[in-house]
Amino acid sequence: MIAEAVRAKSPRQIDDGVIRNLGLVGVLIILVIIGIVTRPELYSDPTWVRNNVLTILQQASAIGVVTVGMTFVIIGGGIDLSVGAIIALSGVWATTLATQSYGAAGMIFTALVVGLAVGVVNGVLISYGKLVPFIATLAMLVSARGLAAQISGKQTQVSANATINDIASTKLIGIPLLVWILAAVVAAGWVLLNRTTFGRRTVAVGGNPEAARLAGINVKRHTLMLYALSGICCGIAAIMLTSQATSAQAAMANLYELDAIAAAIIGGTLLSGGRGTIVGALFGVLVFSTITNLFAINNLSTEVQNMVKGGIIVAAVLIQQFRYRSLTQLLKR
Amino acid sequence: MSDPSASAGTATGGDPVLRLTDVVKTFPGVRALDGVQLEVRAGEVHCLLGQNGAGKSTLIKVLAGVHHADSGEISWLGEPFAPVTPQAAMRAGIATIYQELDLVDDLSVAENAFLGHEQSRFGFTRRRSSAASTRQILARLGHPEIPPRRLVKNLPAAGKQIVSMARALSHDARLIVMDEPSAVLAHDEVANLFRIIRELTAQGIAVIYISHRLAEIREIGDRVTVLKDGRTTAANLPARSTPTRELVGRMTGRSMEYVFPPRRPAPEAEPVLVVEGLTRHGEFADATLAVAPGEIVGIAGLVGSGRSELLETIFGARRADSGTVTMDGRRITGVGAAVARGIGMAPEERKSQALLLDEPVYKNMTLASFSGFAHGGFTDTRDERAAALRTADQLELRPRDVDRPARTLSGGNQQKVVVGRWLLGGTKLLLLDEPTRGVDVGARAELYQVIRGLADDGVAVLLVSSEVPEVLGLADRVLVMREGRLVHEAPAEELDEDTVLDLVMAGSLLEGEPA
Repeated sequence: MIAEAVRAKSPRQIDDGVIRNLGLVGVLIILVIIGIVTRPELYSDPTWVRNNVLTILQQASAIGVVTVGMTFVIIGGGIDLSVGAIIALSGVWATTLATQSYGAAGMIFTALVVGLAVGVVNGVLISYGKLVPFIATLAMLVSARGLAAQISGKQTQVSANATINDIASTKLIGIPLLVWILAAVVAAGWVLLNRTTFGRRTVAVGGNPEAARLAGINVKRHTLMLYALSGICCGIAAIMLTSQATSAQAAMANLYELDAIAAAIIGGTLLSGGRGTIVGALFGVLVFSTITNLFAINNLSTEVQNMVKGGIIVAAVLIQQFRYRSLTQLLKR
Repeated sequence: MSDPSASAGTATGGDPVLRLTDVVKTFPGVRALDGVQLEVRAGEVHCLLGQNGAGKSTLIKVLAGVHHADSGEISWLGEPFAPVTPQAAMRAGIATIYQELDLVDDLSVAENAFLGHEQSRFGFTRRRSSAASTRQILARLGHPEIPPRRLVKNLPAAGKQIVSMARALSHDARLIVMDEPSAVLAHDEVANLFRIIRELTAQGIAVIYISHRLAEIREIGDRVTVLKDGRTTAANLPARSTPTRELVGRMTGRSMEYVFPPRRPAPEAEPVLVVEGLTRHGEFADATLAVAPGEIVGIAGLVGSGRSELLETIFGARRADSGTVTMDGRRITGVGAAVARGIGMAPEERKSQALLLDEPVYKNMTLASFSGFAHGGFTDTRDERAAALRTADQLELRPRDVDRPARTLSGGNQQKVVVGRWLLGGTKLLLLDEPTRGVDVGARAELYQVIRGLADDGVAVLLVSSEVPEVLGLADRVLVMREGRLVHEAPAEELDEDTVLDLVMAGSLLEGEPA
């Protein structure tokens, strides 16, 4: 009986994730076509196209790094609303005059440690304080930005460190360093999720916490580590953004939590946990930065941009669900 | 009550590996274990019998390191044993297969089998070797066709059970605790399970086997320990020779056979429910049936034969590809219409599909009818409670307390709450999917009484069960379902268990007869 059932299911070998990612690639292609139709004169210049692709990737880099961390947290059954605030706090802390006196290494170290520390606080509150992730990280969102404003005195802190400032303008083999960082984080995230015990336990903790506990997994410690991981990703993103702006301020990375969550969900991560892919999350981020780019090259205002972005989030998910459902139904027949 | 320490059987000669003496475990307000004695020998199948709420689940969770005993002694392989975490218990060689399948849907078969003790090097999983080990274990379990890389959510229920077993075997256990492993298995799968258990015990592995099915205990068990209200009421009875009357007596405190209420000739009446040519591709095809008021119609069939899907489609929860469902001559097109026309359903998965576990019993009971208790949009909990209490009395709910969270009730009483919900709503047709799954013997007889009583009051009942004796004993008319088709129909009195089993499995006896 099992044998029959197993065989009957075999046409469904195509992975859910693959279908989803194909849908996102489709969306990306549509966006590019819209760009070509609306600004044909720009797209006729190959140098411009190449630079524009790099611009899109560069804009996706910091939010992409945050989304990788966010994807882990969501797969593990949680949510991190404080990522934008952690970036602001890390960025501000890394650019105080005192920190800057330790040089680039000191600044990077500070950003990473601050991100990690805030993530650990989130994790402790959630796993051991038994706070709902939504509430714990919402509280952190408010207080971390508050602390950032306090430290910076609500001033923009300019980075005087040439090494930090150069990160954003450096290119390796013609590709910006920021894009390389994104690629490295995505690759590391993929390996961590798909090839390590950590990743497997993340899926278990989010998909069926009771099963994970009964299998001997320390669910609390693992949950804590997920928020710590998200915090580190925010620290990395803080350095990237600081380098791009050659400054940091308490209001930086505003609404990054929403962009990261939206990108992860569009990429096929289940908001209730237990399922998600890093590649999908990356595509989600790319869809967003391509939309932003599309508006920029058409000189449209950010207000219109935000309205359309919200609509596109809903549309993308609806289309995907429809495609996914009809495809699996087709395969079932 | 006899002295539990007086050992009656010497069925298997192995040395005792596990011994529990006066184990006590209390939860706030409940004394879940109140002096448990248990002795398990190497290479034996030790059956644990007891009603729901007798303490079996707590006991196995103490052994698995999930709960910690308050007092009493546990010795494992001659040493005092008090596992602090599930991991500690597994390392000591005790593996547990839980009744609620504890698998992660989005991980593969191999990943589930080795969850928590992954084969890895420096944190990197060794996928090839764990797939190979899993394949080996699956072959040992008689299911080499299950692909180790297949996601668990794409397996049928019986396949998931095999994965749970594979996980236990992946631990190199010396004692395997199985909590109702046969509950989700079809007939031939149970035979396979027994073959596996025999292989395990032949290697000296001890098995604690929990089941409500006495026939299984007789077939596979060596010795039986009976629990009641957290105490051991009889220890080490020989599984094959102890009379049923005695076993049931130890469990319930009274001597009772498995009894079905007498049938009353149903008055000739027009059917309320008429189903014609109902089809859902890949699940069931061309189902035609009718149920009259006061009549109990039973559908016998294996897990996966399409019976649950058929019931859910009649209820409107699944959309039919073709065919019609009519209630009192009106088409049923969705759950809303079904409920409005007086159809109620008690689904197979009580906990996930029917109950708000943390809400009190009365709110669960009034869930389908609470607007009737409201005045101007405000609910009247006093009326609700009173109505729920009347229904609770009618169904002999125990404890008679409608303010308790539904979670705290035993399986049988939870089922009564679900049935009570539809009674309050004035239901004319009740659809019951495996109404006694996970319900113990004593409570079963009561449920049978309740169901028959409803029919006598004019309610039409359509029930599905994988236990053939239940369908034969309870129903007036029996439909047999096999591979998505209704293959036979007859009054229950004209059928016997062997015939129905044969129809359910292969249909060689009556092949060719019109269904």
